[in-house]
Amino acid sequence: MSTGMSISESDWSLHRKGPKDQARHQEKVREAIKGQLGEIIANESIITSDGSKIVKVPVRSLEEYTFRYDPFKKSGVGQGPGGSQPGDVIGQAPGQQPGKGRQAGNQPGIDYYETEFTIDELAEMIFADLSLPNLKEKGQQQVIAEKVRFNDVRPVGILPNLDKKRSLLQAMKRQAMSRSRAAPVEVGDDAEEVEVEPGLRIRKDDLRYRTWNVTHEMQHNAVVIAMRDVSGSMGEFEKYITRAFYFWMVRFLRTKYSSVRIVFITHHTEAREVDEETFFSLGESGGTRVSSAYQLCAEIMEQRYPADRWNIYPFHFSDGDNWGDDDNARCVTLVRHIIERCNLFGYGEIKEEVYSRWSTSSLMSALSEINEPEFVGITIKSKEDVYPALRKFFAAPTLPV
Amino acid sequence: MATAQVDTHPEKTMEEVWEVARGFGLDPFPTHFEVVPATMVYEFGAYGIPGRFSHWTHGKAYYQMKTMYDYGLSKIYELVINANPSQAFLLDTNDALENKMVMAHVLGHTDFFKNNLHFAPTNRRMPESVSVNADRIARYEFEHGTLAVERFLDAALSLKEHIALHPDNELPATSPSIRPDAEESAPSPYLDVLRMGELAVEDEEPERAAKVPAVPEHDILAFLIAHTRDLEDWQRDILAVVREEMLYFLPQMRTKIINEGWASLWHYRIMEALDLPAAEYAAFSRMHAGVVSPGARMRLNPYYLGFKVLEDIERRWDNPTAEEREKLGRQPGGGRAKLFDVRETESDQSLLRKYLTEQLVRDLDLYTYQLVDDEWQVAETDWRVVRDSLVAGMDNFGLPVIVVEDGDYRHNRELYLAHRYEGVELDVRYAEKTLQYLFQIWNRSVHLETVIEDRKVRFSFDGRRNSKTVI
Repeated sequence: MSTGMSISESDWSLHRKGPKDQARHQEKVREAIKGQLGEIIANESIITSDGSKIVKVPVRSLEEYTFRYDPFKKSGVGQGPGGSQPGDVIGQAPGQQPGKGRQAGNQPGIDYYETEFTIDELAEMIFADLSLPNLKEKGQQQVIAEKVRFNDVRPVGILPNLDKKRSLLQAMKRQAMSRSRAAPVEVGDDAEEVEVEPGLRIRKDDLRYRTWNVTHEMQHNAVVIAMRDVSGSMGEFEKYITRAFYFWMVRFLRTKYSSVRIVFITHHTEAREVDEETFFSLGESGGTRVSSAYQLCAEIMEQRYPADRWNIYPFHFSDGDNWGDDDNARCVTLVRHIIERCNLFGYGEIKEEVYSRWSTSSLMSALSEINEPEFVGITIKSKEDVYPALRKFFAAPTLPV
Repeated sequence: MATAQVDTHPEKTMEEVWEVARGFGLDPFPTHFEVVPATMVYEFGAYGIPGRFSHWTHGKAYYQMKTMYDYGLSKIYELVINANPSQAFLLDTNDALENKMVMAHVLGHTDFFKNNLHFAPTNRRMPESVSVNADRIARYEFEHGTLAVERFLDAALSLKEHIALHPDNELPATSPSIRPDAEESAPSPYLDVLRMGELAVEDEEPERAAKVPAVPEHDILAFLIAHTRDLEDWQRDILAVVREEMLYFLPQMRTKIINEGWASLWHYRIMEALDLPAAEYAAFSRMHAGVVSPGARMRLNPYYLGFKVLEDIERRWDNPTAEEREKLGRQPGGGRAKLFDVRETESDQSLLRKYLTEQLVRDLDLYTYQLVDDEWQVAETDWRVVRDSLVAGMDNFGLPVIVVEDGDYRHNRELYLAHRYEGVELDVRYAEKTLQYLFQIWNRSVHLETVIEDRKVRFSFDGRRNSKTVI
């Protein structure tokens, strides 16, 4: 060729790296999200939402860190449509939230990776390896959960479920068996046979459809008794943590154990059983007598959920600021009584760090004398502790039976 | 588009374009075109050059470019690689007219690669080199684990822009007293780096007090290659690969505006000379306007800016003013010759410093902007301020200048870097993370001196914690 140019077309597919490196990038995105679950779980807007919301999760660890200028302190050069004057506004900076660092934006130099999740997707990630600990086979009245599985193939069905591969195989089989590739049939709109490839004709009765079976999954009787301190000493933070924990707990139970029963109890000086909505709406005021809740819990267990037929999981969240040592002692006795009959008793005490060193006679210090493995106590100091608390309660290793 | 069909006779198109380009005086490298599907063009774009080593950052870039393409937000018509012969990639969906324009544009680039002096030191066999590097890195992954290699690459890449080309592969400023041995074989790309290692060993024996580096070193990667003690060979090699490949990309980063401007100018001239039928000419004009379109309010379009500045140079040298004729002896009609001079010697920085005129700043409506409270606002429209800000912003490719001050800080082999502060603060969060990466390589405490809120501060990372000290 007389020119200094040449051209060719060859197959580069063997040299490809993009998809592999892209997959690794996505894997890192997922890792990053998992690392941030603690923060995500404590996110106010998720917990106060109706549950159908899509959450935007900013993923930070995928930034490529370098020594660079602060993108907000840097000036730059831009271009306008003509006649720009000093002071003309050309863009909005993303708002800053105190203490939270810069939020995602589309300004130059900010390398944010934001992924969208539904709450269910998040819940799936959060609950992936959580379970009701120490679940035992109990009672005859086992609850049945229905599950739908696509695991069958039939010659009738609806078109969206057409199994193309099996249909073609069936057509081949039929032709091979008949050994008669005789005269081709006219192919038309209402022809019985359609030629999909030279020599291969497909008939209506070759078609195969994927279909489902309903399977029944046995589940054990289980009840979770959720107790919540609504006394006056519970501040905004304590209330928030309690709600956050129970929000995810209820979601977790409903996702994984469709048949589990949940009993809601609130208490100040007196305890009462409430419905779910009341339980989650904000609290009342007054003093605190935790033993009232434990008493009610024990009564409910006795009357409705006998231990020989039910797996029982009581949880209680409080700031630990109880009426007095008398009542703490009563609580210890009651908890000892309850753990003989339940699978796990979870107690979460919420203490913002500032106060913790002042409080000497918290419920936690009273309960800490209980050494049985069925009792799990956790202190929560910040929003980020909600996720570890969930993990500690629901990923606990199976207890010795 | 006038011809919406895929180009079936690219050879014919090619010959036409080549003839016209040569006629204009362009002197490109031999250029080989490959017709590839869109995914490949985006993959090559993400990696910079086909066959480069695997890393998730490349995957991220690929994903972003591909997403933009899939949503119809951007389309790359071509991609060209600085090598001799040059390699260019055409989208297999381009029609004949698109290919014509793309080929003309590519010849502008390959002419620039061959003739611009900033490209003179680049390795023109880089496509082969990156493949060899990639093979070695793949072997390291096999020997030392994918994760170990990835982690080390993460660290090395965080410093990739902190390199410097030492003239003629001579020793960097760190070691002015050492000359290359006479019997050294052909210079290798790492020669400067390897010598630094020799120096360190020689220096330490006789006088321990000698400061390393003797003068502040801009090439952080080279310094690490030469002076980090605990690295294994494969790690040192990865640093060298990152540095070698970045040195190759350096001139492209320095000449984005002039290179794209040059290529756009010539695709325009060549297409005009090709005598297109009216319908094709109209279609071409639309494409050209798409490529050479004004920038966004906070971002300049290098194609547009380069094109406009070069056109302006040609016009001014073709029609000098009376004053220019008298004082500078400029003769009319010298535009073309001047343009070829500019293409030979200038980078973006020098092009704009010399040729961004008051008239251009006003015509293009360029301005500086800054953040005022929560709004980005136009700050200055004075042409000198705009020009100087643009030129200054290109120092070190718009990245802060950071030098190695001391490789034996506190006589404890800690590494001390200093930011040459010139009024713009560092992104602290990024700096702290980058220090963590640096520690991964240096394996002892690392420090960075900079200025925050008018006070000198030192950021440190000791392997466990980041800390900040006001000096």
